[in-house]
Amino acid sequence: MEGPTNEFTPHRWCELTQQASPEHLLEVRNLRTHFFSPGAVVKAVDDVSFYLDEGETVGLVGESGCGKSVTALSLLRLIPNPPGRIVGGEIMFEGRDILKMDQDDLRAVRGGRIGMIFQEPMTSLNPVLTIGRQLTEPLKLHMGMTNRQARSRAAELLEFVGIPNADVRLRGFAHQFSGGQRQRIMIAIALSCNPKLLIADEATTALDVTIQAQILELMKNLTEQLGTALIIITHNLGIVARYADRVNVMYAGKIKETGTADEIYEEPRHPYTVGLLNSVPRLDLPTRGRLDPIPGEILNLARLPEGCSFQDRCEYAVDRCAAEAPPAHTVQGNHQTACWEWERVKLPAEAGVSQS
Amino acid sequence: MWRYIVQRLLITIPVVLLVGVITFSLLQVAPGNPAAIIGGDEASPEQIAEIESALGLDKPYFEQLGDFLARMLRGDFGTSIFSQRPINQLIQPRLQPTLSLGIQVVILSTVLGVGMGMLSAWKAGTRTDRAVMVFAVLGFATPGFWLAILSIWVFAVNLGWFPVIGYSPLGDGLLEHLRSMFLPVIVNSYLGSALVMRITRSAMLEVLREDYIRTARAKGLRERVVFFIHVLRPSSIPIVTVVGATVGALATGFVLTETIFAIPGLGQMLVQAITRRDFPIIQAMLMVVAITLIVVNLIVDIVYAYIDPRIRY
Repeated sequence: MEGPTNEFTPHRWCELTQQASPEHLLEVRNLRTHFFSPGAVVKAVDDVSFYLDEGETVGLVGESGCGKSVTALSLLRLIPNPPGRIVGGEIMFEGRDILKMDQDDLRAVRGGRIGMIFQEPMTSLNPVLTIGRQLTEPLKLHMGMTNRQARSRAAELLEFVGIPNADVRLRGFAHQFSGGQRQRIMIAIALSCNPKLLIADEATTALDVTIQAQILELMKNLTEQLGTALIIITHNLGIVARYADRVNVMYAGKIKETGTADEIYEEPRHPYTVGLLNSVPRLDLPTRGRLDPIPGEILNLARLPEGCSFQDRCEYAVDRCAAEAPPAHTVQGNHQTACWEWERVKLPAEAGVSQS
Repeated sequence: MWRYIVQRLLITIPVVLLVGVITFSLLQVAPGNPAAIIGGDEASPEQIAEIESALGLDKPYFEQLGDFLARMLRGDFGTSIFSQRPINQLIQPRLQPTLSLGIQVVILSTVLGVGMGMLSAWKAGTRTDRAVMVFAVLGFATPGFWLAILSIWVFAVNLGWFPVIGYSPLGDGLLEHLRSMFLPVIVNSYLGSALVMRITRSAMLEVLREDYIRTARAKGLRERVVFFIHVLRPSSIPIVTVVGATVGALATGFVLTETIFAIPGLGQMLVQAITRRDFPIIQAMLMVVAITLIVVNLIVDIVYAYIDPRIRY
C-alpha cells in the first residue's frame, strides 16, 4: 500500500483483507448487486468484500434492508433477474469465480459444495411434494445415488437433524411439520451432500426463541462435525456473539466494520456498530433503564448521499463525511473500520463487556 | 383418499335431487300448456282436459314431482310430447355427435391451453410470451358464434376444405368423421383454451416467485426439473379449476355450436324441443347438462385432493 489511507479506491478493502491471508475457502471481492426499476437503481450490495476460511463461522450483521440477504443470494447467483443483477465483483470459491461459472458448474456448487438455509421455514419447502422427494433430490443429483440409496440416506439425515420416525416422516408433506421441524429439514437438505460451506440466511428469525437456540446449536454442532464453514446472516447480535468467529457489520449495502467477534463487541470502531450494540438489551450489564436506538431512518438505497452512507445518523459526523466515502482503516490486525473518525469512536464507558 | 371420494359422491345425491326438483318446478311455472299445444288451436276445453289427464298433468304438483323423480332415478326420461316416442330412444342417435365434439374439444383445449400457457410462463417477458398472450386475449374477446360463422365462410364456403354442413358419423370412417367435425372442434377448442392459457401462465409465474422455488434452485436442480415438477405441481390447482370450468361452459355452449354447424346432436334436439314446447325433452336435457356439471365438479374435487395433500375434509 502506498501513501495515507485517505484516498479511497475500490480495491483498497480487498487489498487489506487479501494481505491478511492469501488462500481462503470463499473470498468475495468488490461484489456489487443492484436492482433496476424504472427511474431508480437500488444498490443493495455495493462494493462488498469479505472472506471465509475452511471450517470458520462468520457473521454478517445489519438492520433489515442493509443488503445481508442479497449478499447471501448473490453468492449462489439466486438473485431474481429482472429486477436484480450482479453488476460487478468476484466470488472466489475453492479457487474459482462463481460469477464466471457456466450453468452446469454453478449447479454443482449449489446444493453440492454450498448449502443454503433460508429465512422462512414455512414457505421454503414445496407444499405438494413429499419431504422424501425434496430430501433425496440433491443426493441423487450431486452424490449420484440411486433411489434406494438416497432414500435410506435421507432417513439417516432426518434422524441426524433430530426428527424421529424418519421412514414414516419422509412420506409426509411440509404442512405436517412445525416451523422448527421444517427448518431442521432445510438443514438436512442443505447439509445432505457434505458441503464445504453452509449459508444460513436469517435461518432462525422466524422461529420462537427456544426453537431458535435449538436450531442454532444444531447447525453449529453439525457444521463442526462435518468441518463445514458457516456464514450466519442475522440482525441478532446475540446470535453472532455466541456463534461467530468473525463478524462483518453491514450498512446500506456496504461492510462498515469487520473483525473478530471479541473486537467487534468489546472495541467497536464504527459509530454504526456502537449504535447497534447500544440498542440491544444486555443481561450482563447493570440496567440502564432504557435502550438507545440509532437515531434516524434506514436509508433509501436508491438515493444514497455523497460520502459516507451513515453520516445523517452519526453523532461523530464531520464535514469530510459528506464529501468522501471513508475507506477501510485498519484498527489492528484484521479489525477494520470504514470511518474517518474511527479513533474517536468508543463504546460508552459502562459497556464494553465480553460476549456470553 | 377413498373416504374423501366416497364422501364427495354421497354429497352429489342430494344435489342431483335438488336439480330434479328445480327442473321440474321451473317448467310448471313456465308459460304454455303442453296439452293445449298437443291439442292444437281447434281443440275444445274438454279435449285438452282429456289430454291433460292422459299425460298426468291434472294430478297434484307433489304427485307429479314424485313421478318425475322416480322416473329419472330409473333412467327413464319419459315420452316426447311431439313425436310420442320415448326420449331415451330419441337421445341415443344424438349422443355420438355431442360426445365426440365434447371429448375432442376438452382434450384439445386442455392440451392447447396448458401447453401454450406453460410456454408463455417459461418464456415470460419475451416476444413468444407476448404473442401467446395476444392469441389468448383474442380468444377471450371473440364472440363464439361470430368466429364459428367466419370459419365456415372462410374454410368451408370459400376455400372448400371442409364440408359446409353435414355430419359424418364415426361409421363413415374416422377420417371423414374428424374432417366433418374439424371446424367446430377447432373453434371451440381455441375459445375454450384462451382462459386456460392465461390462468396457466399466471399460476406458474406466481409459483415461480415462491420461496420454495428458490430452495429448489439452491439445491442445484436443473431449471427444467424446477419448472416441470416444483412449479407445475403446485400451479396445477388453478389450472384444473379452469379446465373444469371450461368443460362446464362447453356443456352449455354445445347448443349454439351444434345449431351453427348443423351437427345432429343433443343441443340441436334441445333447440327443437324448446320451439315445440316439448317439455319432457327440455326436462331431460336440463337433467343431462346438470348431471354433467356435477360429475365434472366431482372429478375436479378429486383431482384437487390428489394434487394438493393439504386438501382433506
